[in-house]
Amino acid sequence: MPYILNTGADVKAMLDKIGVASVDALFKMVPDAFQLQRPLDVPPALTELELQQHMAELAGKNKAADNAVCFLGGGSYDHFVPAVVDAIASRSEYYTAYTPYQAEASQGSLQAFFEYQTLICELTGLDVANASLYEGGSAVAEAVLMAISIDPERPKVLVAESVHPEYRQTLATYLANIQKEIITLPTPNGALDPAALQNHVDDKTLCVIVQHPNFFGNLEDVNAVSRLCKEKGVLFIVSFDGISVGLLKRPGQYGADIAVGEGQMLGTPMQFGGPYLGMMACREQFVRKIPGRIVGQTVDRNGRRCWVLTLQTREQHIRREKATSNICTNQGLFALRTAVYLAALGPQGLKETANLCLQKAHYLADELCKIPGVSLRFKKPFFKEFTVQVPGDVPTLLRKLLDAGYHGGLPLGRWYPALGNCISIAVTEKRTKAEMDGFVAAMKGAIR
Amino acid sequence: MTNNQSTDLLFEISHLGRRCHRLPACDVPEKDATALVPADALADAPPPLTEVGEIDLIRHFVNLSKRNMSIDTNFYPLGSCTMKYNPKRHERLAGLPGMANLHPLQSDASCQGMLAMLWSMQNILAEIAGLDAVALQPAAGAQGELAALLVAAAYNRDKGQTQRTRVLIPDSAHGTNPASAAIAGFDAVSIKSNDNGLVDLADLKSKLDDRTAVFMITNPNTIGLFESQIGEITKLIHDAGGLVYLDGANMNAIVGVTRPGDFGADMMHYNVHKTFTGPHGAGGPGSGPIAVRAMLAPYLPTPIVVKDGDAFKQETNRPKSIGRVRSFFGNVGILLRGYCYIRTLGPKGLRAMTENAVLNANYLLALVKHALDVPHGDRCMHEFVASASKLKRAKRISAMEIAKRLLDFGYHAPTVYFPLVVPEALMIEPTETESKETLDAFAATLLKIIDEDPAFLQNAPHTTPISRPNDAKAFKEPILRWKA
Repeated sequence: MPYILNTGADVKAMLDKIGVASVDALFKMVPDAFQLQRPLDVPPALTELELQQHMAELAGKNKAADNAVCFLGGGSYDHFVPAVVDAIASRSEYYTAYTPYQAEASQGSLQAFFEYQTLICELTGLDVANASLYEGGSAVAEAVLMAISIDPERPKVLVAESVHPEYRQTLATYLANIQKEIITLPTPNGALDPAALQNHVDDKTLCVIVQHPNFFGNLEDVNAVSRLCKEKGVLFIVSFDGISVGLLKRPGQYGADIAVGEGQMLGTPMQFGGPYLGMMACREQFVRKIPGRIVGQTVDRNGRRCWVLTLQTREQHIRREKATSNICTNQGLFALRTAVYLAALGPQGLKETANLCLQKAHYLADELCKIPGVSLRFKKPFFKEFTVQVPGDVPTLLRKLLDAGYHGGLPLGRWYPALGNCISIAVTEKRTKAEMDGFVAAMKGAIR
Repeated sequence: MTNNQSTDLLFEISHLGRRCHRLPACDVPEKDATALVPADALADAPPPLTEVGEIDLIRHFVNLSKRNMSIDTNFYPLGSCTMKYNPKRHERLAGLPGMANLHPLQSDASCQGMLAMLWSMQNILAEIAGLDAVALQPAAGAQGELAALLVAAAYNRDKGQTQRTRVLIPDSAHGTNPASAAIAGFDAVSIKSNDNGLVDLADLKSKLDDRTAVFMITNPNTIGLFESQIGEITKLIHDAGGLVYLDGANMNAIVGVTRPGDFGADMMHYNVHKTFTGPHGAGGPGSGPIAVRAMLAPYLPTPIVVKDGDAFKQETNRPKSIGRVRSFFGNVGILLRGYCYIRTLGPKGLRAMTENAVLNANYLLALVKHALDVPHGDRCMHEFVASASKLKRAKRISAMEIAKRLLDFGYHAPTVYFPLVVPEALMIEPTETESKETLDAFAATLLKIIDEDPAFLQNAPHTTPISRPNDAKAFKEPILRWKA
């Protein structure tokens, strides 16, 4: 049997030592009535070669970013991953370890997580980061649960409609049975209007959630939102883009209390949605409220600097039903990838990556808008993603673009009925002028 | 052989002006950033990340990796975590560009191979569970628990059973169970274990009434015992109008031998990373799909993959669904590895997996039970819980001492001090992928340690890069990031 080392002779010797006659006898705790009397109805076994052929066949039925130029965004991006990231993450000392419960046997991962936490603090301009959450959507929900534990009495959760629709859906699921009111603030102009927000922020408001840059790619007026939150003692939660802070102000610099974000764009392949990681950082004063694993520095019995999992009294395995969160693990391997990625880029590399995204997105937007009938839907500044209005049927257009070799954009009508004639287009540093010019030509052809 | 390129922090080896990754020149006409975005949105400088060259970066993380134990370097009998071998073929296949480079929001038509795999995985997990429908979305077991409890709440709401506000949970359960119940809006009620480590039926009956929404059970339980009264328990719950939830943490003990749906579970989560061997990544990623009976299927989180003629599509329009519990489809990379494991094993291999996991655990138990107290009998399923409490009384040797000393011999420690119902617990799970020789050597070491000088053990480990970190200091004076 694959991966099983026990031979017939081994099994016999082991059964003798145990003192039973057969392997079946080991299962006598399972009542006969519940024992499955047939083999499982699952597909037959494959050898490694057959499995490789099978998976290659399945992979061949997919149009990956290698087969069609990817202009899709919406929380997952086709950024470049330097080889050093894969080289480190494929070391099995990291990927086949488990949660570092035994600090002496886990200093490698623990130190890497401490470095990750530091890098996330630097990236966000905030004081404390955890060792990561599942991904960007549940990170928003965890941020709100955290806000509730900071300020349990206030009932209103304000969230901009320009926050990723799937993040908002996740938040609604998490809060379904918790007595809080989620108020979604419309963003018809492509970003939250601070004047409209002002009408909703009051002393019953727990938190305001914005995404910056938002789901449409536009920048939010985070400075104004922050001021309003500060005036009313409201927690300001921002979902940020890890690449954008190479150029844009960091969440801590504009007054966010809790920053969360999807970490995929920092060194993790898109892999159809996961596994990714959720970044989370906050101000010092909330350190004992932040969910998830946290690594801290200490010394060992000989005074050597070392790292341990710490502040575990917040966590479910100690606090059980009184825990801040039910989260049990971080996304260790992806925290490692993110740390290597950020270290590989450094400040200058991150800035250049951000600038390439910014420049190329604006180039493509300008070129696309030269096509009759195509125009920017919003008059807002944007970063690496933008929303255009297109003539004709959007699904047909996207199908034609795919046939021409382009994952052409996200049909926003799927989430925003009023934007049925709009697509959002993301441009990373990987996109070349030639690819973009080809895309513009394909768009022209598809619209004609 | 050690060098300080690992123990120095990245920030301490940072050197102004160094860098590893370089970007191409901008190939489109470049504008000043201030012409594109408002000045008050721009930062004066990029984040002060570390500045290191490529070889230093690589040496740092490679040397650091040597300060870990891992399945690929050490026997890792960490109870409840199912640390089985992670096949290398899975890494290669998960990295196929046609799988790894798919965008989560690309059109269904452009990812039919991926959807076919996920659809097949849904069916396989339903069959193994003996349940009707599967949602693959939850990112980890704990998120699966939360999703399933939200499903139960939505179902009860729909049936007008809103008085069902309580979730009953055995005291031997994982801490995630009560934490998930609380977030799902339920009151968690603890059920005692009896002297045999199983659910105390009298206590269960006394707490069971029409307020009971769900009974969460881990079976086999965290002590490694199959609940032989499971039929009676699930009947009691169902008669009271409650639902039975199976925490699938210990599926490695029963796959192909018995099915949760057959013994009365109405819903369950899998830990694909455990049972079907996704690499644990020093804490994640996991993947926690849930399986449910037909009456609960409408409430499952979305999307679900459905087959429409020859085509596969993601169904999101399910009006009774609890919604999504995360963005995008789920932890597809781990589901894919689980799929590869199941496809490699096939029906016979899956049963052999379970049989050998249970055989290995019982064999190890037989090798050590004369020296270490095993409070709950001399048989187990895929893991067992020994107790060091007699040793502690007699020789002042605690579970922690044994765990730490094992590290000196190149073994990762068992899970210690869990479950809470066993004092001085050592929870040992060898998994099916280990050989008899490995188990013999481990048992011999364990027995040898028990005979060592307690004073020597109190300072163990002696050979690891560090020893006995000061946890109290870390807690009282938290240093959670490097500062210049």
